[in-house]
Amino acid sequence: MPYATHSGEERSAMLDTVGVADPDDLFDIPESVRFDGDYGIEAHSERATKAAVEGILDESPALSEFLGGGHYDHYVPSVVDHLSLRSEFLTSYTQYQPEVDQGFLQALFEFQSLVSELTGLDVANCSMYDRSTAVGEAILLADRVRATDGDEVLVPESLPDRVRSVLENYADGPDIVIDTYPTAAGTVDVDGLADRIDADTSMVYAATPNARGLLEPDLDAVGDLADDHDALFCVGSDAVALGLLEPPAAYGADVVVGDASVLGLPTTYGMGLGLFACREEFLRQVPGRLVGAGTDDAGKRAYTLTLQTREQHIRRERATSNICTNQAWLALRAAIHAAWLGPDGLVDLAEECVTGIAEACERIDALDGFDAPVYDGHHFREALVDVDDPAGVVDHCRQAGIALRTVEDGSTERLAVCVTDTNREQVEELVDALAGYGGGA
Amino acid sequence: MSQEGRERTDGDSGESATGGDATYEQARWAAGETYEPLLIEKDATSVSVDSSLPDELTRDELELPDLREPEVARHYTRLSQMNYGVESGPIPLGSCTMKYNPKFTEDVAAHRGNRVHPLRADDDKQGILRLLYELQETLATIGGMDAVTLQPPAGAAGEFTGIQVAKAYHEANGEDRSEVIVPESAHGTNFASAAMAGYDVVELPSNEDGRVEVDALEAAVGPETALLMLTNPNTLGLFERSIEEIADIVHDAGGLLYYDGANLNSLLGKARPGDMGFDIMHFNLHKTFATPHGGGGPGQGPIGVRSDLAPFLPTPQVREGKDGYDTYGPDHSIGRVHEFVGNWLVLVKAYAYILRHGDEGLENVSETAVLNANYLAERIEYDVPYGPFHHEFVASADADAADVAKGMLDHGVHPPTTKWPEIVDEALMTEPTETESKARLDDLAAAFNAVAATDPEELAETPTTTTARRIDQASAARNPVLSWHALE
Repeated sequence: MPYATHSGEERSAMLDTVGVADPDDLFDIPESVRFDGDYGIEAHSERATKAAVEGILDESPALSEFLGGGHYDHYVPSVVDHLSLRSEFLTSYTQYQPEVDQGFLQALFEFQSLVSELTGLDVANCSMYDRSTAVGEAILLADRVRATDGDEVLVPESLPDRVRSVLENYADGPDIVIDTYPTAAGTVDVDGLADRIDADTSMVYAATPNARGLLEPDLDAVGDLADDHDALFCVGSDAVALGLLEPPAAYGADVVVGDASVLGLPTTYGMGLGLFACREEFLRQVPGRLVGAGTDDAGKRAYTLTLQTREQHIRRERATSNICTNQAWLALRAAIHAAWLGPDGLVDLAEECVTGIAEACERIDALDGFDAPVYDGHHFREALVDVDDPAGVVDHCRQAGIALRTVEDGSTERLAVCVTDTNREQVEELVDALAGYGGGA
Repeated sequence: MSQEGRERTDGDSGESATGGDATYEQARWAAGETYEPLLIEKDATSVSVDSSLPDELTRDELELPDLREPEVARHYTRLSQMNYGVESGPIPLGSCTMKYNPKFTEDVAAHRGNRVHPLRADDDKQGILRLLYELQETLATIGGMDAVTLQPPAGAAGEFTGIQVAKAYHEANGEDRSEVIVPESAHGTNFASAAMAGYDVVELPSNEDGRVEVDALEAAVGPETALLMLTNPNTLGLFERSIEEIADIVHDAGGLLYYDGANLNSLLGKARPGDMGFDIMHFNLHKTFATPHGGGGPGQGPIGVRSDLAPFLPTPQVREGKDGYDTYGPDHSIGRVHEFVGNWLVLVKAYAYILRHGDEGLENVSETAVLNANYLAERIEYDVPYGPFHHEFVASADADAADVAKGMLDHGVHPPTTKWPEIVDEALMTEPTETESKARLDDLAAAFNAVAATDPEELAETPTTTTARRIDQASAARNPVLSWHALE
C-alpha cells in the first residue's frame, strides 16, 4: 500500500531486529478472539476510489438552496483553501510541544482575539464542535458557577428541536431541567420571560439572530432579568452577524456561544465551528482549549496551550469538559477568512445578510398569496413566509431546482427562506418559481 | 531492551553520533524581529459601522487588521513554516495515531457533491445518504458491531454518546446504575465523559503486567456498574489477553463493556471489538482512517453498538429502502449529540481511505503499525517495561521526560507523548504509526539514543534550534493572556 510502505528487504531486517518471522506473530491476541473472516472491501486504485466516491456524491442533485436554519453558506475566498491546506497546518497534531508549533498556536490566539473583539468578552476558547454543543457547554458552565440551588435553564420556545435535543443530552448528567419561555411576534416576550424566571433558573439563553431570522430588539431587558435572578445570561449568535451587531457584553451577556463556521467553511452538510466566550470571572471554568501568550527562555513572546489543569488529560473526571480534539483547523480557516475580509469586509458581508433577505421578502410579498416576512422587525439572512399549503410550495419549487423548507411556527406551518451572498443572485429564480405556484393555485 | 537491539550497524541507517538523518528545520525568528507580528500589530483599523439597521442594534465600531491578500497570505505561510507537521517529519505522539494523510482525500472532500445543505429533503440528498449508509455499514463490519451512528463530532463526543446510549438502555430495563469503571491507564476523556454523563467514576488499578487486574475488577463490579470502559490494546500498547473473562465479569454483573477505539489501528483485519464481547465502541476516524487532525481537529467519533442497544442510538439514522435511502429516528433514541451529522468532510475522507485500502490494505496497516512500534522499541536505549507491544510502547526516561522531549526537538524530530500514563516513571509514550519508513524509524531511534547520552544539564537548556526557546508554561498559566486585546 502506498502509505504504509517497507520494501521486502527492510521488512525482513525489521523482523530480524524484533526477532519474529512474520508480523502476524507480533499480535498478542488469543486465538478465540482472532478475526478469521474478511470485511469484504475491495481495494481501489487512487483514480478508481476518486471516481467511486465522486460518483456517489453526484447522486445528490444540484439545487439552488434557500435553507439556512443553522447552517449557512457564504463565499469562501480561495486563499482560505490554499493556506489552510498547507501540510504543516493540516496534519500537525495538538500543540503539546509549543516550541515547534508556534505557527498554529499564534493562529489560534488570533482566532481567540477575533472572537473577543466580536463578543466584547475577555475570554474566548479556540473552538467547540458547533453552536448546539457550545450552548450545551454553557449550560454545564452555568451549573458549575451557579451551583447554589438553580437547576433550570430557560430557552426560547422557538429554539429548533435539533438544538434542544443536543441540550437535553448535555443537561442529563447533572439533572438540569430545560424549560422554555414564550416569544411574541417572533422575538423574546420579556413579560413572559419575567413570569418564568425564578430562583431555580441557572441560565437564560437568547439568540440573535433568532430561529425566526429576527434580530432581538430588547436583549438589554433579558440581561437585566437574568441578572436580577443571579442567572447566567447566554447569548447565541454567529461570527458574521456579530461583525455588525452590538457586542453582547455591552448588554450584559456572561457567555456568548454560536457558530463561526459562517467564516471559512462553505456548505458541508452541517459541519460547525462552535464559538465560546465568557467573562473573565469564569476563566478557570471554561471548557475546551485555550491558547495563551507568554515568553520563552530568551524572553521573547511565545504562545502555548494554557490553563490545562482544567482539561481532561490532567484533571480527568473533574475536568471542565471532555473536549480533547476540537475544531482547530476550522478555527484557522475562519481566522484566515476574517483576515482577508478585514473590518470593512466583515461589516459589508453582514450588511448584505440584512439587505439580501429584506429585498427577497419585499419581492415575495408582492406575489399573490404570499406574505413576507411574517413578523415585522429586522431580519438577518432568514425570514418566515406565510402561504397556503407551504409543503405544496416546497414540492413545486423542487421541480424548478430550488430547495426550500417549512418550519412549524407555533401551530402554523410556514415557509422559511434564507438569503446570503452566495444565493442572492438566485432570488430571481426563487421569485419566479413562487410566482408560478401562485398562478396555479 | 535486548542486547541485539543495541547492536546495529550505523552504516545501514545513516545515523550520526548526534542524531539521525532527520532534516527538519524550524523557521526561526527573522533577524531583527522578536516574533512574527500578530496581524493586529501589522495593521489595526477601527471602522465605524454604518448599517441600514437602527443604531441601538449595531456596534459603533469594529477593530480588526485591514491588510490586502498578499500580506495575509505571507502571514499564514510564515506561520505554517513555524509549525511542525507530519510532512515535516515523524510525530510519534502515543495514543494520537498521527500519520501521513493521503492527498487525494482532500480532492474528494473538495468535490461539488459535498456542498449539500443538511436540511434538504432526503430525496434531494441521496448521494450524501448513500455514503453515510455505506460507511455506517462498513464500520459495523470492521468493529463487529450490529449498528453504527456517525453523528458524534469527536472521539470524546463518541464516548459521551455511547455512555448516554448505555444509560438509556439501563433505564429502559428499569435499572438506575451509578458507576462507570475506568482503568487508571485509560485516556482522560473516558473519565471526563463518564462524569459529564453524571456517573461516579471508579478507577481500576493495573496489574504488574500493565493490564487490567482481574481480581480488582471482580471486586469493583456490582449492581451499580453501568459500564466498564477499556482501550484494547491499552495505552501501554498491551493487549488485554483476559478480555473474554473481563467481558463475562462485567456482563454477569449486568454491566456493559465499552471499547475506546483510539487504538483500533492495531487490530484492523486481526480482531474485532464485537467479537471480544464489547457492547459499545467508538471509532476515531481521524486517527484510524487518516483524516488530518488539523492541529487538533476536526475529528469524528462514530459509535457502534450491539443490536439490543441500536434502538437508543442518536437520531437521525440512515437506512436503505426500495426507493433509495432515508433518515429516521430509532424508537428509543437519545436524541442528538450534534445539530447535524458532525464533521461531514471527515466522514467522506474516511470512506475514501477505507475504499482505497480494501481488506488487505487495512490488514497491512495494522501489521505495519505493530511492526514499526516493536522495531522502534527494540532500537531505543531507554528502558521499555512491559510487552509484547502492539501499536505503541511506553519507555521510561531516566531523566525528566519533558527535558528528553525538548532535547529530541533539537534532533529534528517530534518527541513522543510525555509523562503519561503515570504508571510508568517519566513516561515516553511512543507510537510511530504505520506510515513511517525504516529510515525514519532509525532517525527516531538515533534521536532518542542521542538524547539518552546527553548530559542532563545540557538537556535542560534545550531546545535551541526551534522557533521559540523553551516556553514558560507555568507563568503563562499564572498570568493568562488570551487575546491581543490583553497584550500591552
